[in-house]
Amino acid sequence: MNFRKILALITIILLGIFILQAFLIIPEKGEIALNNFGKADIENRTAQLYIDKSVNSPNEQVIYKESKDKESGSANIVTSIVANYRALDTLGEVTVLFLAATGLSAILYNKKHAKSNFILKEDSFILKNGIKILFPLLILAGSYIIIYGHLSPGGSFQGGAVIATAFLLKLLSSKEYELDENILKIIEVTAGVSFVSIGLYGLYAEGSFLTNFLETGTIANLFSGGIVPIIYITIGLKVAVELTNIINDLMKA
Amino acid sequence: MTLLYSLLILLMLISGIAALIFDKLVNSIISAGMVSLIAAFLFYFLRAPDVAMAEAAIGTGLSTAIFIITLYKTEGRGN
Repeated sequence: MNFRKILALITIILLGIFILQAFLIIPEKGEIALNNFGKADIENRTAQLYIDKSVNSPNEQVIYKESKDKESGSANIVTSIVANYRALDTLGEVTVLFLAATGLSAILYNKKHAKSNFILKEDSFILKNGIKILFPLLILAGSYIIIYGHLSPGGSFQGGAVIATAFLLKLLSSKEYELDENILKIIEVTAGVSFVSIGLYGLYAEGSFLTNFLETGTIANLFSGGIVPIIYITIGLKVAVELTNIINDLMKA
Repeated sequence: MTLLYSLLILLMLISGIAALIFDKLVNSIISAGMVSLIAAFLFYFLRAPDVAMAEAAIGTGLSTAIFIITLYKTEGRGN
Protein backbone atom coordinates (compact mmCIF):
# COMPACT_ATOMS: atom_id res chain seq x y z
CA MET A 1 0.00 0.00 0.00
CA ASN A 2 1.40 3.32 -0.98
CA PHE A 3 0.85 6.66 0.66
CA ARG A 4 -2.14 7.75 -1.46
CA LYS A 5 -4.11 4.60 -0.73
CA ILE A 6 -3.56 4.98 3.03
CA LEU A 7 -4.64 8.60 2.80
CA ALA A 8 -7.79 7.58 0.93
CA LEU A 9 -8.56 4.91 3.52
CA ILE A 10 -8.17 7.37 6.40
CA THR A 11 -10.41 9.90 4.62
CA ILE A 12 -13.10 7.29 4.08
CA ILE A 13 -12.99 6.14 7.70
CA LEU A 14 -13.25 9.74 8.94
CA LEU A 15 -16.18 10.41 6.61
CA GLY A 16 -17.83 7.18 7.78
CA ILE A 17 -17.54 8.21 11.42
CA PHE A 18 -18.89 11.63 10.51
CA ILE A 19 -21.94 10.13 8.78
CA LEU A 20 -22.60 7.53 11.47
CA GLN A 21 -22.65 10.30 14.05
CA ALA A 22 -26.01 11.42 12.68
CA PHE A 23 -27.56 8.31 14.25
CA LEU A 24 -26.28 9.21 17.69
CA ILE A 25 -28.03 12.58 17.85
CA ILE A 26 -30.89 12.35 20.29
CA PRO A 27 -33.45 15.15 19.98
CA GLU A 28 -33.86 17.23 23.09
CA LYS A 29 -37.16 17.83 24.74
CA GLY A 30 -39.41 20.02 22.60
CA GLU A 31 -37.73 19.12 19.33
CA ILE A 32 -39.46 16.97 16.76
CA ALA A 33 -38.90 13.25 17.33
CA LEU A 34 -39.93 10.35 15.15
CA ASN A 35 -43.11 8.82 16.53
CA ASN A 36 -44.28 5.27 16.06
CA PHE A 37 -46.29 4.48 12.97
CA GLY A 38 -49.88 5.69 13.28
CA LYS A 39 -49.16 7.95 16.23
CA ALA A 40 -47.63 10.91 14.42
CA ASP A 41 -49.33 14.29 14.60
CA ILE A 42 -50.17 14.50 10.89
CA GLU A 43 -52.38 17.60 11.19
CA ASN A 44 -49.41 19.82 11.86
CA ARG A 45 -46.85 18.19 9.60
CA THR A 46 -45.37 20.17 6.73
CA ALA A 47 -46.67 17.58 4.24
CA GLN A 48 -50.25 18.21 5.37
CA LEU A 49 -49.72 21.95 5.04
CA TYR A 50 -48.51 21.44 1.48
CA ILE A 51 -51.67 19.43 0.71
CA ASP A 52 -53.81 22.20 2.21
CA LYS A 53 -51.96 24.65 -0.07
CA SER A 54 -51.11 27.03 2.71
CA VAL A 55 -48.09 26.99 4.98
CA ASN A 56 -48.68 30.24 6.84
CA SER A 57 -52.40 29.99 7.70
CA PRO A 58 -54.32 27.34 9.67
CA ASN A 59 -55.53 24.13 8.04
CA GLU A 60 -58.56 24.40 5.78
CA GLN A 61 -60.09 21.89 3.49
CA VAL A 62 -59.36 22.44 -0.21
CA ILE A 63 -62.35 22.02 -2.52
CA TYR A 64 -61.72 21.26 -6.19
CA LYS A 65 -62.82 24.09 -8.52
CA GLU A 66 -64.11 26.17 -5.56
CA SER A 67 -61.27 27.15 -3.24
CA LYS A 68 -59.89 30.55 -4.13
CA ASP A 69 -56.74 32.54 -3.46
CA LYS A 70 -54.77 29.85 -1.70
CA GLU A 71 -51.10 30.40 -1.04
CA SER A 72 -50.25 27.98 -3.84
CA GLY A 73 -53.06 27.58 -6.35
CA SER A 74 -51.94 24.58 -8.36
CA ALA A 75 -54.16 21.50 -8.17
CA ASN A 76 -51.23 19.11 -8.49
CA ILE A 77 -49.51 18.85 -5.09
CA VAL A 78 -46.18 17.76 -6.55
CA THR A 79 -46.11 20.81 -8.79
CA SER A 80 -46.89 23.20 -5.99
CA ILE A 81 -43.85 21.85 -4.15
CA VAL A 82 -41.49 21.59 -7.15
CA ALA A 83 -42.22 24.99 -8.71
CA ASN A 84 -43.37 27.02 -5.73
CA TYR A 85 -42.23 25.98 -2.25
CA ARG A 86 -39.01 24.31 -3.42
CA ALA A 87 -38.40 26.21 -6.65
CA LEU A 88 -34.79 26.94 -5.68
CA ASP A 89 -34.06 23.18 -5.70
CA THR A 90 -35.56 23.00 -9.18
CA LEU A 91 -33.25 25.80 -10.31
CA GLY A 92 -30.36 23.66 -9.05
CA GLU A 93 -31.65 20.59 -10.91
CA VAL A 94 -31.95 22.52 -14.16
CA THR A 95 -28.41 23.84 -13.65
CA VAL A 96 -27.11 20.27 -13.17
CA LEU A 97 -28.77 19.19 -16.42
CA PHE A 98 -27.36 22.26 -18.20
CA LEU A 99 -23.85 21.46 -16.96
CA ALA A 100 -24.18 17.83 -18.09
CA ALA A 101 -25.26 18.93 -21.58
CA THR A 102 -22.46 21.50 -21.75
CA GLY A 103 -19.84 18.98 -20.64
CA LEU A 104 -20.97 16.46 -23.24
CA SER A 105 -20.88 19.11 -25.96
CA ALA A 106 -17.37 20.11 -24.92
CA ILE A 107 -16.13 16.51 -25.09
CA LEU A 108 -17.83 15.70 -28.38
CA TYR A 109 -16.98 19.01 -30.06
CA ASN A 110 -16.22 18.30 -33.69
CA LYS A 111 -15.28 21.04 -36.16
CA LYS A 112 -15.97 19.02 -39.29
CA HIS A 113 -19.53 18.00 -38.38
CA ALA A 114 -19.36 14.63 -40.03
CA LYS A 115 -22.80 14.09 -41.47
CA SER A 116 -22.95 10.37 -40.95
CA ASN A 117 -26.08 8.71 -39.69
CA PHE A 118 -24.91 5.77 -37.71
CA ILE A 119 -27.51 3.01 -37.96
CA LEU A 120 -29.48 3.34 -41.16
CA LYS A 121 -27.83 2.33 -44.41
CA GLU A 122 -30.88 3.47 -46.33
CA ASP A 123 -33.99 5.19 -45.03
CA SER A 124 -36.63 2.64 -44.19
CA PHE A 125 -40.08 3.42 -45.61
CA ILE A 126 -42.08 2.34 -42.55
CA LEU A 127 -39.82 4.18 -40.11
CA LYS A 128 -39.81 7.35 -42.19
CA ASN A 129 -43.58 7.58 -42.69
CA GLY A 130 -44.49 6.27 -39.27
CA ILE A 131 -42.37 8.97 -37.66
CA LYS A 132 -43.97 11.61 -39.91
CA ILE A 133 -47.29 10.77 -38.21
CA LEU A 134 -45.85 10.27 -34.72
CA PHE A 135 -43.71 13.42 -34.57
CA PRO A 136 -46.49 16.07 -34.28
CA LEU A 137 -48.45 13.84 -31.90
CA LEU A 138 -45.44 13.48 -29.59
CA ILE A 139 -44.78 17.23 -29.67
CA LEU A 140 -48.45 17.83 -28.83
CA ALA A 141 -48.36 15.31 -25.97
CA GLY A 142 -45.19 16.84 -24.57
CA SER A 143 -46.59 20.37 -24.72
CA TYR A 144 -49.81 19.20 -23.04
CA ILE A 145 -47.88 17.56 -20.22
CA ILE A 146 -45.88 20.76 -19.67
CA ILE A 147 -48.75 23.26 -19.93
CA TYR A 148 -51.19 21.21 -17.81
CA GLY A 149 -48.42 20.34 -15.35
CA HIS A 150 -50.03 22.31 -12.53
CA LEU A 151 -53.40 20.54 -12.99
CA SER A 152 -52.69 16.93 -13.89
CA PRO A 153 -49.86 14.46 -13.21
CA GLY A 154 -46.70 15.21 -15.10
CA GLY A 155 -44.75 18.35 -15.54
CA SER A 156 -41.84 20.04 -17.20
CA PHE A 157 -39.23 17.30 -16.86
CA GLN A 158 -41.55 14.59 -18.21
CA GLY A 159 -42.90 16.77 -21.02
CA GLY A 160 -39.41 17.90 -21.97
CA ALA A 161 -38.26 14.29 -22.16
CA VAL A 162 -41.22 13.41 -24.41
CA ILE A 163 -40.38 16.29 -26.77
CA ALA A 164 -36.73 15.19 -26.84
CA THR A 165 -37.89 11.65 -27.73
CA ALA A 166 -39.81 13.11 -30.68
CA PHE A 167 -36.64 14.77 -31.97
CA LEU A 168 -34.69 11.54 -31.41
CA LEU A 169 -37.15 9.73 -33.70
CA LYS A 170 -36.92 12.53 -36.26
CA LEU A 171 -33.10 12.29 -36.25
CA LEU A 172 -33.30 8.51 -36.65
CA SER A 173 -35.75 8.73 -39.52
CA SER A 174 -33.73 10.63 -42.11
CA LYS A 175 -30.15 11.48 -42.86
CA GLU A 176 -30.94 14.94 -44.12
CA TYR A 177 -32.72 16.20 -41.01
CA GLU A 178 -30.61 18.72 -39.14
CA LEU A 179 -31.31 20.84 -36.11
CA ASP A 180 -30.36 24.51 -36.18
CA GLU A 181 -28.08 24.85 -33.19
CA ASN A 182 -28.45 28.64 -33.04
CA ILE A 183 -32.22 28.33 -32.52
CA LEU A 184 -31.60 25.72 -29.80
CA LYS A 185 -29.16 28.10 -28.09
CA ILE A 186 -31.58 31.02 -28.26
CA ILE A 187 -34.49 29.00 -26.80
CA GLU A 188 -32.29 27.58 -24.05
CA VAL A 189 -30.86 30.94 -23.00
CA THR A 190 -34.24 32.73 -23.15
CA ALA A 191 -35.89 30.06 -20.99
CA GLY A 192 -33.08 30.07 -18.43
CA VAL A 193 -32.94 33.85 -18.20
CA SER A 194 -36.71 34.18 -17.84
CA PHE A 195 -36.76 31.55 -15.04
CA VAL A 196 -34.15 33.49 -13.08
CA SER A 197 -35.74 36.88 -13.82
CA ILE A 198 -39.15 35.65 -12.58
CA GLY A 199 -37.34 34.68 -9.38
CA LEU A 200 -35.61 38.07 -9.19
CA TYR A 201 -38.91 39.91 -9.71
CA GLY A 202 -40.29 37.91 -6.78
CA LEU A 203 -37.30 39.11 -4.74
CA TYR A 204 -38.06 42.70 -5.77
CA ALA A 205 -41.85 42.57 -5.27
CA GLU A 206 -42.36 40.20 -2.34
CA GLY A 207 -39.00 40.13 -0.64
CA SER A 208 -37.71 36.63 -1.34
CA PHE A 209 -36.33 34.79 -4.35
CA LEU A 210 -38.86 32.86 -6.49
CA THR A 211 -41.87 33.92 -4.43
CA ASN A 212 -45.28 33.86 -6.03
CA PHE A 213 -46.22 37.44 -6.95
CA LEU A 214 -49.31 36.76 -9.10
CA GLU A 215 -52.86 35.96 -8.04
CA THR A 216 -53.36 32.24 -7.54
CA GLY A 217 -56.98 32.12 -8.73
CA THR A 218 -59.43 29.24 -8.36
CA ILE A 219 -57.88 25.81 -7.94
CA ALA A 220 -58.02 23.56 -11.06
CA ASN A 221 -58.60 26.34 -13.60
CA LEU A 222 -56.09 26.55 -16.45
CA PHE A 223 -55.12 30.09 -15.47
CA SER A 224 -54.34 29.45 -11.82
CA GLY A 225 -51.35 28.85 -9.64
CA GLY A 226 -49.66 32.22 -10.10
CA ILE A 227 -46.11 31.85 -11.39
CA VAL A 228 -46.15 28.01 -11.31
CA PRO A 229 -47.30 27.43 -14.92
CA ILE A 230 -44.96 30.13 -16.25
CA ILE A 231 -42.00 28.59 -14.44
CA TYR A 232 -43.02 25.15 -15.68
CA ILE A 233 -43.12 26.32 -19.31
CA THR A 234 -39.63 27.81 -19.05
CA ILE A 235 -38.22 24.68 -17.39
CA GLY A 236 -39.98 22.48 -19.95
CA LEU A 237 -38.40 24.36 -22.87
CA LYS A 238 -35.01 24.24 -21.19
CA VAL A 239 -35.15 20.49 -20.48
CA ALA A 240 -36.46 19.67 -23.97
CA VAL A 241 -33.73 21.70 -25.68
CA GLU A 242 -30.95 20.33 -23.47
CA LEU A 243 -31.93 16.67 -23.95
CA THR A 244 -32.38 17.22 -27.70
CA ASN A 245 -28.96 18.83 -27.80
CA ILE A 246 -27.36 15.86 -25.99
CA ILE A 247 -28.86 13.42 -28.53
CA ASN A 248 -27.93 15.66 -31.48
CA ASP A 249 -24.33 15.89 -30.24
CA LEU A 250 -24.08 12.12 -29.85
CA MET A 251 -25.57 11.46 -33.28
CA LYS A 252 -23.34 13.96 -35.08
CA ALA A 253 -20.14 13.14 -33.19
CA MET B 1 -53.65 -7.17 -8.14
CA THR B 2 -50.92 -8.80 -6.01
CA LEU B 3 -50.58 -11.52 -8.64
CA LEU B 4 -50.06 -8.90 -11.35
CA TYR B 5 -47.46 -7.07 -9.27
CA SER B 6 -45.62 -10.32 -8.54
CA LEU B 7 -45.65 -11.26 -12.21
CA LEU B 8 -44.31 -7.85 -13.23
CA ILE B 9 -41.60 -7.91 -10.56
CA LEU B 10 -40.63 -11.43 -11.65
CA LEU B 11 -40.38 -10.24 -15.28
CA MET B 12 -38.29 -7.29 -14.12
CA LEU B 13 -35.91 -9.60 -12.23
CA ILE B 14 -35.62 -11.92 -15.22
CA SER B 15 -34.78 -9.09 -17.61
CA GLY B 16 -32.33 -7.62 -15.10
CA ILE B 17 -30.49 -10.93 -14.79
CA ALA B 18 -30.67 -11.43 -18.54
CA ALA B 19 -28.94 -8.08 -19.01
CA LEU B 20 -25.99 -9.47 -17.06
CA ILE B 21 -25.90 -12.83 -18.82
CA PHE B 22 -26.20 -11.82 -22.51
CA ASP B 23 -22.99 -11.93 -24.51
CA LYS B 24 -23.80 -9.12 -26.93
CA LEU B 25 -23.94 -5.68 -25.37
CA VAL B 26 -26.87 -4.58 -27.57
CA ASN B 27 -29.04 -7.31 -26.08
CA SER B 28 -28.02 -6.24 -22.58
CA ILE B 29 -29.00 -2.65 -23.31
CA ILE B 30 -32.44 -3.65 -24.61
CA SER B 31 -32.89 -5.85 -21.57
CA ALA B 32 -32.01 -2.98 -19.24
CA GLY B 33 -34.54 -0.83 -21.09
CA MET B 34 -37.11 -3.55 -20.43
CA VAL B 35 -36.44 -3.21 -16.68
CA SER B 36 -37.25 0.50 -16.92
CA LEU B 37 -40.42 -0.18 -18.92
CA ILE B 38 -41.78 -2.63 -16.33
CA ALA B 39 -40.78 -0.21 -13.57
CA ALA B 40 -42.88 2.43 -15.36
CA PHE B 41 -45.87 0.06 -15.41
CA LEU B 42 -45.42 -0.63 -11.70
CA PHE B 43 -45.23 3.08 -10.89
CA TYR B 44 -48.47 3.60 -12.79
CA PHE B 45 -50.26 0.81 -10.96
CA LEU B 46 -48.96 2.10 -7.63
CA ARG B 47 -50.59 5.49 -8.36
CA ALA B 48 -47.54 7.54 -9.25
CA PRO B 49 -48.35 8.47 -12.86
CA ASP B 50 -45.89 11.36 -13.05
CA VAL B 51 -42.97 9.16 -12.02
CA ALA B 52 -44.20 6.56 -14.51
CA MET B 53 -44.11 9.19 -17.26
CA ALA B 54 -40.56 10.21 -16.39
CA GLU B 55 -39.40 6.59 -16.19
CA ALA B 56 -41.00 5.69 -19.52
CA ALA B 57 -39.65 8.72 -21.38
CA ILE B 58 -36.17 8.92 -19.86
CA GLY B 59 -35.41 5.36 -18.70
CA THR B 60 -36.90 3.46 -21.61
CA GLY B 61 -36.61 5.95 -24.45
CA LEU B 62 -33.72 8.35 -24.07
CA SER B 63 -31.18 6.41 -21.99
CA THR B 64 -31.55 3.26 -24.11
CA ALA B 65 -31.06 5.35 -27.25
CA ILE B 66 -28.02 7.11 -25.76
CA PHE B 67 -26.44 3.79 -24.76
CA ILE B 68 -26.98 2.27 -28.19
CA ILE B 69 -25.66 5.33 -30.01
CA THR B 70 -22.57 5.39 -27.79
CA LEU B 71 -22.01 1.66 -28.28
CA TYR B 72 -22.19 1.89 -32.06
CA LYS B 73 -19.94 4.95 -32.09
CA THR B 74 -17.26 3.37 -29.90
CA GLU B 75 -17.18 -0.31 -30.80
CA GLY B 76 -18.18 -0.48 -34.41
CA ARG B 77 -21.10 -2.89 -34.44
CA GLY B 78 -21.43 -3.71 -30.78
CA ASN B 79 -19.72 -7.08 -30.48
